[in-house]
Order: sequence, then C-alpha cells, then structure tokens
Amino acid sequence: MSLKARRRPGRHRGAGAGADFFDLRLYVAGQSARSLAALANLNRICEEHLGGRYRIEVIDLLERPQLAQGDQILALPTLVRRLPEPIRKLVGDLSDTERTLVGLDLRPRQESRP
Amino acid sequence: MSPGRSVSKCPTGIQGLDEITGGGLPRGRPTLICGGPGCGKTILSMQFLVNGARQFGEPGVFLSFEETVDDLTRNLASLGFDPRPLAARRKLSLDYVRVEPGEIQETGAYDLDGLFIRLGHAIDSIGAKRVVLDTIETLFAGLSQTRVLRAELCRLLNWLRIKGVTAIVTGERGDRGMTRHGLEEYVTDCVILLDHRVVEQNATRRLRVVKYRGSQHGTDEAPFFIDEAGISVLPITSLGLQHRVSSGRLSSGVPDLDDMLGGKGYFRASSILVSGTAGTAKTTLAGYFADAACRRGESSLYFAFEESAPQIVRNLRSIGLDLEPWLEKGLLHIHAERPTLRGLEGHLSAMHRLIDETRPRVVVVDPISNLISVGTSVEVKAMLARLIDFVKAKRTTALFTSLTVDEEYPQGTDIGISSFMDTWLLLRNIELNGERTRTLNVLKSRGMPHSNQVREFALTNHGLKLLDVVRHQGRALVGAERMAHAGVGAAGARSAERRSPRQ
Repeated sequence: MSLKARRRPGRHRGAGAGADFFDLRLYVAGQSARSLAALANLNRICEEHLGGRYRIEVIDLLERPQLAQGDQILALPTLVRRLPEPIRKLVGDLSDTERTLVGLDLRPRQESRP
Repeated sequence: MSPGRSVSKCPTGIQGLDEITGGGLPRGRPTLICGGPGCGKTILSMQFLVNGARQFGEPGVFLSFEETVDDLTRNLASLGFDPRPLAARRKLSLDYVRVEPGEIQETGAYDLDGLFIRLGHAIDSIGAKRVVLDTIETLFAGLSQTRVLRAELCRLLNWLRIKGVTAIVTGERGDRGMTRHGLEEYVTDCVILLDHRVVEQNATRRLRVVKYRGSQHGTDEAPFFIDEAGISVLPITSLGLQHRVSSGRLSSGVPDLDDMLGGKGYFRASSILVSGTAGTAKTTLAGYFADAACRRGESSLYFAFEESAPQIVRNLRSIGLDLEPWLEKGLLHIHAERPTLRGLEGHLSAMHRLIDETRPRVVVVDPISNLISVGTSVEVKAMLARLIDFVKAKRTTALFTSLTVDEEYPQGTDIGISSFMDTWLLLRNIELNGERTRTLNVLKSRGMPHSNQVREFALTNHGLKLLDVVRHQGRALVGAERMAHAGVGAAGARSAERRSPRQ
C-alpha cells in the first residue's frame, strides 16, 4: 500500500458535509512499517464502521515537516479527527481497534477496560 | 576527546555563569537545568538563546512545553529582552508544544518522531546552534507509556548531540531525584541546579553547578538575581585579590583630613570606611568626598539608604556644601532607596548596574549599616566583599559610612568588615566636661603614613573644620577648655602640632 494516495473519499465531498461525516487526518513519518500498519488499520476500521461517511488525508511529516505545528503533533502515527467536532487525537498505529473506536467516539467511553 | 583537554565551551553571556563554568555550557551537548517552580529556569534558558543570537551569532530554537508563545514573549519583554525582533530576523524561533493531559487516546505502538521532525525543522530552518526544551517532562503528563517516553527522550538527547547543537533541557525538581522523571540519568554532561529560598523573609536565588563532565567548575552555591536586565550570577569563589594597586591619590574633600592621611588624601581605587554613632557627620564626610570628585570633573555615584536626595542636598547646604550644581551637570548621581525595597542580592545587582551605567570614579554608600536590616551580618559581609571587589576591579574609589551603636567602643560594630577597608575613619561625638565634642581619627590607612591623633572638628556654616590640636600640661584640650586656653594664647603649641603625621 502506498501513502501517496492521500485522499480516500467515500462519497463526493458535498454529501459528506453532514453531522456524521468523519474528516480524518493521519500523520506519519515516511513509509515505515508502523506508518503502513496505521493506514491499513484505519482503512479497515473506517470501512467497517463508517461506511462511506469519511475522508482520510495522510500527511507525511518527512515531506511536510512544517505541518507538525498546526495539529500539535508529537507522537507518530497520530490520527486527528477534525470532524465531527470536537477534535480528537489518537496516537499509535491503531492496532487496538477497541481503543481506536473509543477515541473516535464510535464506542462509548468506559470507566475501565477489561 | 583526549584526557586533559577540556571540553569546548559555549558561552551563555550571562554574567557570572560563564565564570563559574569556565567559559559556558558544554558545546554541542545537552545541559540539564533543574529547580522548583519559579526558580528561573525559563529565564536563564531564554537568556542563553537571546545572548547567543545577539552576541555570538548563534541562532536558537526555544521549544516550550509549558507557556504559549504569547505568554513567553510577554514575560521576556518584561525582562528587557523582547524576542520578537530576533524572531523576525530568523535568529530565534519560539514554538509552543501543547501537551494536554488526558486528551490523547493511545491506540497502539508509537514513537516521538513528530517531535523530532518538528524540532529538526525548526533547527534547520534558521540554522540553529542552540536549543532549549522547557520543560520536556511535561510529555509524561500527556502520554502514558512511560517506558516509551524514556527511550524516546534518550534517543532525542543523542540526536541533539549528533546534530551538534548546544542544548538546555529544563526539569522540575522532583521529590526523590533532581527531576521528577529522572532526566539527570540521560543528561550527563552538565547539570545546573537552581534554588529559590526565603531566609528571614528575604528571597534569595542560588545556582550550583552539580556536575560538569570533563571540565573544572565552581561547586559552591552562587547567589543570582533576576532583574530588568535578566539574570546575573555572583560567583563568590571568583573573588580575587588581583586588582592592580594604585599609588594615585585623591582628596577627601577636607584639606585638613588630607593632611592627616599623609598629606595627600585617600588612595585611588581604595575602599574607605567612615564609622560613627548617630549624628557624627558621616554623611558630611561622604558629601565632601563626592563634592571633591565632582570638582575634579569626575563622575560620582551616591547610594543613599537613609535619606532622600533632596534631604542630603539640603542638609549639606546648611554647612556650605552645595551639591546641586553637580547634580544638574550630571556629574553626581544620587540613588536613594529604602534598604527593605529589595533583598541584598537585589541591591547588589542594582548597584552593579548603576555603576556600569554611570561609570563613576567614586562611589559612596551611605550607610552600609542599614543593609543589615535586609540580611544577616554574614550575608552583608559577603555582599560588601563582592561590591568592593567589583568597584576595585573598575578602579573606582568607594567610601562607605556605617552607623555604629556602641558609643564606648564604636569601632566594635564594624570590626567584621574592616578587613575589606583600606582606610578607616572613626567619628565620635564625645561627652566631656559637660559638653559634646566632635572628634575624628584615622583608625587605619594602609600603605601611607597617617596621623594617630584624635582631632576635634566643628561643623560651621562654612563647612567642616578640623581644629588645631591644643595641648596643655601633656594633654589635648577640647571644647570650652580649648577656647579658654586659646584666650591665654598657645599659638606656639598650635602651630607645632598642627601637621602631625604618625608620631
């Protein structure tokens, strides 16, 4: 899988502007195994839980380091849910599906995980 | 690095700190600066960068984990170094890294490449040679995988070494170690500890170089202060007795007193102490000294810790000494301040700065005894030593007055500081035969023949007059006795004993 495919629109942009549309940005550093794993995990989760209601933008900070400042990126990979608001930040390769779903507000947050 | 060769140093430009560290921080390596909240870590770090950019042509990156760029800018501008012009010239880059506890969901493996890339970008875009990370331990509040963070911090510090930048990493003082998360385990080249403590209601800041690999350094605690000019460190251990001595002389402003001092007055670049109980004309002698300097066209600086400038001018005018013209000409500066306004370190810093600004040839401190109200006598002694050291290094002559309490043995009060003084004058107002008589004598004056006599003097409308010594039947007459004796005529004895060097 290549990171060059930055946008993966489910539907066309206009239809996605609704309240349940997910605008996601995945920050990675190069095509490392961890970057690729994060993108694969993200694609899988979105397909399974969001149908066509999402858009993923992949930002490779090695190519555009100046973008790290705007979203306050420290750890990589970082997934930023820009829409729906409020903004959510998830760090890691998204291999923990349960935590990823909680982080995206697709699962209710629980007091403690089993 | 071969043994015996010392590490290359990166000057901080901070007065005193470069002295203690033998030239600055280890170049191309990270230094840990730790201490409690409000101890001055951020200011010291920022000054390192600002000085680097301004004085040493080394651009710097400041990565703040605690304060926003706006807050930082405001705080620093209030300390006299506004970072904005430097930022505009790409000599300085300020960036705020926001880490909010509990905001970030962790979903799997990660590293801190984002931080590396961000910092690397900032360094490369302005060609930075200096970097500050303030306070990187904040990361531990935002991310939970402590082991990952530790490994990443270690990697970050190595990466900074490879980049060859001179870095300051700050850390908050922890309960067990020097920092909360044991940063001192990773930053091993140089560790500086800052401390801010309150002793007898007076806040004192201290700095100590705990460790400096491959370099000698002072290990004592050095007081430092923060004022409008930023940080200055006052290394106690750097005090030396290396001043060039002067054989030049300058007048005390009272010709008769000059006569008592070998006929020529004080040594230039010496320190003079004028001790006496209340109302013995200490300020008058100080005034004469300043006036004489101004008459020679030399600038003089008068630190008044008891009276305001107008008060001093008015009182001296009553004996015919007018300082007003010198004030108008800008030759004389009177700096009046309540001793309690600042701590001792603060006073010392303010004095240093004023001396640097006005470049006086003579300095008066009137009185030093009032400073005891803001410090213990040991501290006052240490401060005086440093002040004298400072003025002597500038070849400036300093006169200190001191209010003593014990009328019977007035010199006792100042015995502790007398060793710093080259000349020591004692003024007394003694009660004898039912009247008060003013006397002056030279307790010591290093390196010159001086009078051993206790001389009577009077304060008249035309100034301070030393009266001739009148002897009768083997003893000196003073006051009414003298006048009575003068009536019968003792001109012979008078002229014979008028000028009386060491007997």
